[in-house]
Amino acid sequence: MKKNLIEVKNLEKYFETSAGLFSRKKSTIKAVDGISFEIPFGESLGLVGQSGCGKTTTARALCLLDEKTSGEINFYNSDTKNMESIDNLNDEELKSFRRNIQMIFQDPYESLNPRWNIKDIILEPLNIHNIGSLNEREDAVVEILKTVGLTPPENYLPRYPHELSGGQRQRVSIARTLIMKPKFVVCDEPTSMLDVSIRISIMDLMLNLAKDLEVSYLYITHDLAVARYMCNRIAVMFNGKIVEIAETEELLKNPVHPYTKRLISSIPVPDPTYERVVYDIDFTELENIISTDTKNIGMVDIGNEHFVATHDVKGIL
Amino acid sequence: MDENILEVKNLNMHYETISGDVAAVKDITFHVKKGESFGLVGESGCGKTSVAMSLVQLQADNAKISSGSITLDGQELIGLSENELRSVRWDGISIVFQGAMNAWNPVIKIGEQIREAIREHYPNNTKLQNIEKIKELFEMVGLSETIIDRFPHELSGGMKQRAVIALALSCNPKLVIADEPTTALDVVIQDQILNEIKKVQDLLGLSLIYISHDIAVIAEMTERMAVMYAGRIVESGPTKDIFANPRHSYTRALLESTPSVVGDKVKLNSLDGEPPSLIDEEFGCSFSPRCSNPTENCKSGKSEMGLIEVAEDHFADKCCVECG
Repeated sequence: MKKNLIEVKNLEKYFETSAGLFSRKKSTIKAVDGISFEIPFGESLGLVGQSGCGKTTTARALCLLDEKTSGEINFYNSDTKNMESIDNLNDEELKSFRRNIQMIFQDPYESLNPRWNIKDIILEPLNIHNIGSLNEREDAVVEILKTVGLTPPENYLPRYPHELSGGQRQRVSIARTLIMKPKFVVCDEPTSMLDVSIRISIMDLMLNLAKDLEVSYLYITHDLAVARYMCNRIAVMFNGKIVEIAETEELLKNPVHPYTKRLISSIPVPDPTYERVVYDIDFTELENIISTDTKNIGMVDIGNEHFVATHDVKGIL
Repeated sequence: MDENILEVKNLNMHYETISGDVAAVKDITFHVKKGESFGLVGESGCGKTSVAMSLVQLQADNAKISSGSITLDGQELIGLSENELRSVRWDGISIVFQGAMNAWNPVIKIGEQIREAIREHYPNNTKLQNIEKIKELFEMVGLSETIIDRFPHELSGGMKQRAVIALALSCNPKLVIADEPTTALDVVIQDQILNEIKKVQDLLGLSLIYISHDIAVIAEMTERMAVMYAGRIVESGPTKDIFANPRHSYTRALLESTPSVVGDKVKLNSLDGEPPSLIDEEFGCSFSPRCSNPTENCKSGKSEMGLIEVAEDHFADKCCVECG
């Protein structure tokens, strides 16, 4: 039995918008609409879907950057050896929870403070959480730079983000994240801004670190080919809901939900002799079904831990 | 049918900067046949966009084309006056710029912005004729007529990109350059746009230069292609031949680093290191510092770079061919 690091149950995040400046009418956008998943220790889950489907909102809610509307987030507490809901945490526990859960952002050009040198950027989380003495912190920075492959560290410490290439910057982001020794890292398209040739080395680095440091990832991407390389399991999201979730190879070989099929058949194949056949679906119809079909909410296990949303999708085939 | 619409020979272009000349395009030679789509692939900074800009001579002020020739349908473009170039641009070669979907003027309706381009090239057309033309173009790229009266902020990214393609087709160009037309888009939208481009190309028998860093997109979109590295073409030829039998180590590295969703999961290889600075004098093979098995000869700088034919219409850089 695999031990779960994090369990999410019926997570919802709604945004209220008003129709106009003087209008009293309010409408709700259901950015994340009742999603559930769990991530075992050391495993990574890919969250894929089109832009605007709620991937990043899910990530922000998990990292407590935005308050969730409802639902449960349970995290393994290493002191009590139990799953604990983050709602019941007091301030102090919350702080240590935040230490265990970190985030890597999409854009390495914008997520690093341009006025700080690399040393300060990586030191910041240690300073905030008051970990170790000043010397210990500096040693930790040197150590982590070696881990992420920025060697020799002395060359990088005094430099500023603009002096580094995109790949190097993303390595700094990863170093800043991992210096807290988190158990869980949320990655929001960390390689989509990078060149193909550099992308693989960043992904390899993250995979190796996951093995060495026992980190679990929630890996957000719109590219299934990237998710295949990075993740043990993949969850496919559409309009705020997870429509299919399965082990990576199982999902790619036997997709069941029409949206998953559409997504897989959209990825260009690096082989000019391959005839890609697009599985075409009617998106408006699918949106209608997913937002109105309230009777059949839920996921069904079709074997091999492969779950598919139970709403009636016959209309869009 | 085998006529060449575009021929580029030994093109050299550099940017003059304070720290020295940046040789962005070095000795580039390629041709595009009529009705064919030609791919240009390489990592960022390798000079793909510089080549595109040189073709329409819209490069930055500090860019100088030092030598070479560009002929479009028999007409030499190097040395044309600004006025003559104006008639070549859009009429002869049109270009879908990288990130152009974000370059729409936010306060002018989409239709009006396209009409402006048509008006410039066909001053005798009536307004009605132009609007008919735009409707035709929109139908071709899968946009509804009502978009003509919309402002850019009312459209999604995919719709804006479709409108950019309509704009590029508005003056019946002989050649369209598409510079990373789907890079900022989602996979599903990317797929739709690629389909649209293919459809339009079949319909109009368009010649196309497709620029991308994604070799998977190039595989699907093009019949012939060239791989660029550090300002040079290191391999060129029919797309199928290059994928089946890549002769340059950089091409191989690109192929080995591209993940795929079909077939078995394979171990991907990263390409470490960085491309050389284009300011420095070239010393031997520019790829040798990152090459997986460079020989003494490559590093010594004895071998000069240059393409040789390895199979029919398939060219690769000497250095890699000689190493095997």
